[in-house]
This record gives sequence, C-alpha cells and structure tokens, in this order.
Amino acid sequence: MSVAGINVLVEETRARQAAAAGKLLSVRGVSAYYGSVAALREVDVEVGEGEIVTLIGANGAGKSTLMMTIFGSPQARTGRIAFAGEDITRLPTHAIARLGIAQSPEGRRVFPRMSVQENLQMGASLHGGRHFAQDLERVCALFPRLKERLQQRAGTMSGGEQQMLAIARALMSRPRLLLFDEPSLGLAPLVVKQIFGAIRDLNRREGMTIFLVEQNAYHALKLAHRGYVLVNGRVTMSGTGRALLDDPAVKAAYLEGGLVEASDIVEAKG
Amino acid sequence: MDVFVQQLINGLTLGAIYGLIAIGYTMVFGIIGMVNFAHGDVFMVSTFIALIGFLILTTWLGVASVAVALLIVLIITMPLTALWGWAIERVAYRPLRGSFRLAPLISAIGVSIFLSNFVQVAQGARNKPTPPMLNGGFTLFERDGYAVTLSYKQCLIMIVTVLLLAGFWYLVQRTAFGRAQRACEQDRRMAALLGIDVDRTISLTFVLGAALAAVAGVLYLLYYGVVSFSDGFVPGVKAFTAAVLGGIGSLPGAVLGGLIIGLIETFWSAYFSIEYKDVAAFSILAIVLIFMPSGILGRAEVEKV
Repeated sequence: MSVAGINVLVEETRARQAAAAGKLLSVRGVSAYYGSVAALREVDVEVGEGEIVTLIGANGAGKSTLMMTIFGSPQARTGRIAFAGEDITRLPTHAIARLGIAQSPEGRRVFPRMSVQENLQMGASLHGGRHFAQDLERVCALFPRLKERLQQRAGTMSGGEQQMLAIARALMSRPRLLLFDEPSLGLAPLVVKQIFGAIRDLNRREGMTIFLVEQNAYHALKLAHRGYVLVNGRVTMSGTGRALLDDPAVKAAYLEGGLVEASDIVEAKG
Repeated sequence: MDVFVQQLINGLTLGAIYGLIAIGYTMVFGIIGMVNFAHGDVFMVSTFIALIGFLILTTWLGVASVAVALLIVLIITMPLTALWGWAIERVAYRPLRGSFRLAPLISAIGVSIFLSNFVQVAQGARNKPTPPMLNGGFTLFERDGYAVTLSYKQCLIMIVTVLLLAGFWYLVQRTAFGRAQRACEQDRRMAALLGIDVDRTISLTFVLGAALAAVAGVLYLLYYGVVSFSDGFVPGVKAFTAAVLGGIGSLPGAVLGGLIIGLIETFWSAYFSIEYKDVAAFSILAIVLIFMPSGILGRAEVEKV
C-alpha cells in the first residue's frame, strides 16, 4: 500500500475517532486561498455535539472564509473537513447542506422578492414539505414576529426581521449543525440581545449544535462553551468562553476597543 | 375601425409567438445573467423538428386528422427541442461558468452559427413549405365589403399560448421547482446553501425555455406554412427585443414585450410601409430604453455582488 493510501486510512481513522468522541464537525489543517492569497492557514477547529462554539476575530481575519470553506466554496486546498465522521472536503455545496448543516449567512441573504413563507419553504426544500406545517409552528414560536408577516416580501422587512427569517429558514431544514455568520451585524442592541437569546434557547432547550462566527466578541464568548481566536487566517488561541473572556490579550484586542493590534496577540502567545 | 380590429388580431397572434420565445431569453438571463444568442436558432431547429414530424405523421403514417397530427407534433417537438437546449447548456455554457463574462456570450454566438449551418447542410438551404392546414376561420363582422376574420390558426395559436402560459406561470409560482428556480435567480449561493442543486436548476431552465420555444416553433410553422434554416435569426432578435422591452428577467414582461413588438410590427405594416416594420419595432425599443432603461416591467438594475 502506498504512503498516500496509508495517509488516507490514517486520516479516516482519525475522523472516525473524532466522531466517536462526539465531534460533529472537525476541521483539520485546512488552508484556503483566494487566487494566490491565503485566507486560511492550517486551521484546526472542532465542534462537538450539543456545543456552542464561537470563532472571533477582526475584520478580514478569515472568519467568513472558514464558514464558506466548510460549505465547499472555496474548497480547502489542504487539510480535511469532516461532518459526523464523513469527509466533506470535496463535496459540492448543496450536497454538504443535504447532510444536515445549515447556515444563517453573513448579510442574512433572505430571498428579497419572495414572501416570508416562500423563504421558509426554501429552507424546508430538503424535506419536500413533509413536516412543513409542524416546523413552521416551531420557528414561529421562536420568532413570533415572523408569524404576522408570512405573506410579506422578505426584502421589505427590517434588518432584525430579516435576521430572524434567515435563522428560521436555516432551522426549517432540521439541521444537526447550525452555522451563524455575524448574526449581530448592523442590528440595534435590543435586537442583538433578542437574536442571541434565540441562539441560546436553541442550544439549551433543543440541544442544537451551533458554530458561531462573530465580531461582537463579548456577546459571543459569553454565550459559547468554547471559542477560537482567528488572526490573519490562523487560529492563535482557543479555550472555554470564560477563559478567553478573561484573557488579557483577548480583552485588549477584542473587548476594549481593540487598542492592541491583532498581530500583537500572535507575539504575546508565541 | 375594421382594419384596426383585423390588425389587432394579427398583431396579437404574432406577439404570442414572440412572447413564447422571449420567455426563454428572459429566464436564462434571469438565472445566469447571460444572453443566450443561440435561443433563436433553437426555435428554428424546433420548426424543423415539427415539420419533419408533421410530414412523417401525415404522409407515412397516414394520420388523417390535422388536429391530431398537430397535437402529436407538439408533444414530440417539445421534449426533442428541450433536449437540444439541455445539450447546448451542458456542452457550450456550463464549462465556461466562472470564466470571464464575455466567454459564454461568444460561445452562444458560436452555437447559433453552428445550429443554422447544421440545419442548412442537413436540410438544404431552400424554404421548406408544409401542405396547407387548418384553413378557414370565423368572420367576426363585415362592413363595406371588408370582412374582419379570426382564422382557426389564430384561434389555436392564442388558445395554446394562453394555456401554456397559465401552466408555466403555475409551475414558476407555485411548485417547488419554480421556487428553487426563482431562488437561484435571486441568490445562487444561498440556494446552494439550502441544498438546491444549482447546476441542475440551470439545466432545467434551459430545458423549459427550449420547450416553450418549441411551442412557438410549432405555431410558427402552422401560421406561416414555410420554414427555412435562417428563420432563427429575425424572430430570435425580435423576441430578444421583446424581452428587453418588457424588462429582461421578468416573465410577464417578456410576454408583454412580445405582444407589443408583434402589434407595432403589424400596425406599422398595415398603416405605413411593410419595408420599415423592423425599423419601427427597433426604434420603439430604443425610445423605451432611453426613458426606461430597465424595460417596462423590469426592476431597476442593482449590480449583483
């Protein structure tokens, strides 16, 4: 057997072990590029069943790129991404979604010229509308505002309502893992609180596994079981949400107006 | 008045055919943002499929009823033309997706030239007539010796067009496929994130557009009774004009644009001069676009990011 073959075997075994250890999502040694520019370098991230894991970092650190790489576009150039023990590194985006990963994307991306109900139907398209009524109940209970607006065009709603719709739409596919990309971006503080409350409820009451990318580091770390810090495409720190919140470097860079440059953290932590 | 009503009927008939072709342009533009210049030639190919089908049915298989023959021709021409639409997307456009913007456009022009030359070589360059069919009609009213008539052909064209558009509208607005199609049009990446196979949806869009062009092809053959390998170009350009006039990307716009172009052309021919009918149609297009750059029912264009 060739070395490459053995490597594949070893990798597969590792992925299976990760799954066995309750790691629903495992990202190992992943690098991704835009053209020749590296956006992610050797990133390792794991999300276990039932956890809220957050990834914080400055603008342009590669947070959204990681979200997109998990969904196969851009594809990881090196490394391996596994979901529930299955290698998804080379799968097309829609096939990854069909395995049970859903995303509430950056900028919300509701379908603007469709009604709220149609947006939710799109979210449920994996199931061909089998338990649509039941799931509609469920997301309307989470966001009562949507219930009043089922026939409204999504593009005419406020940012907060669109964010609720984006989350509700993701839930309609009954995902095993839910990715959030900057859910608080551009929202009023009160709405942010509401959205984070909903994320917490999803995890605590329904046991939903959540991977959350945020610039709003304070809220994210408070909510999360564990967190990673991404700087220039590299994971420089990881730990429990509490530990990261108390870390002086994290505090300085992300929690107190960001006076310290992100690169200083790399030096501080070696 | 009598002449006006007669021309109205003629114009709407022609416009219905343009509208059916225009939908193919507008849907493809809506979903992948390219003008499928080969669409007119797909329409032309469908007229030949229809012609051959009709001749086989009536002369070899001895189908005596013209109505039955036409129905069978319609049923076989749609899937066969759809297959062409599917194959063209697969071979000439999909490999270029993600390439620079002009690449698929150039490829489309290539396909257009290929199709018209292929048909010219395979079928000959001369006009192909059909035996006359469905002659006669209703006389609506008669005054001073001028009879306003609605021929059976025109009747059939309008009925088929209305039924198909209703069915098509239902498909796009009410079914899961139509929803996926519109979702891809509004945000392809997001649709993929929800598990929609975007490539498949684009393929199906080409299939649908070609199937509607095939209906137009059958009706065109019925109406004019003669087809030629070069018939893809002018009706194609007119239908494209209709799509732009109505607002490219908008389905009702394509139908409305088709009707308007058909009416302008017919009225101009009747009241002014037949030589300048195309000039009239395109002048109206230019004027509308100066004042409404996004067309009659189009959305103000926001560059997709």
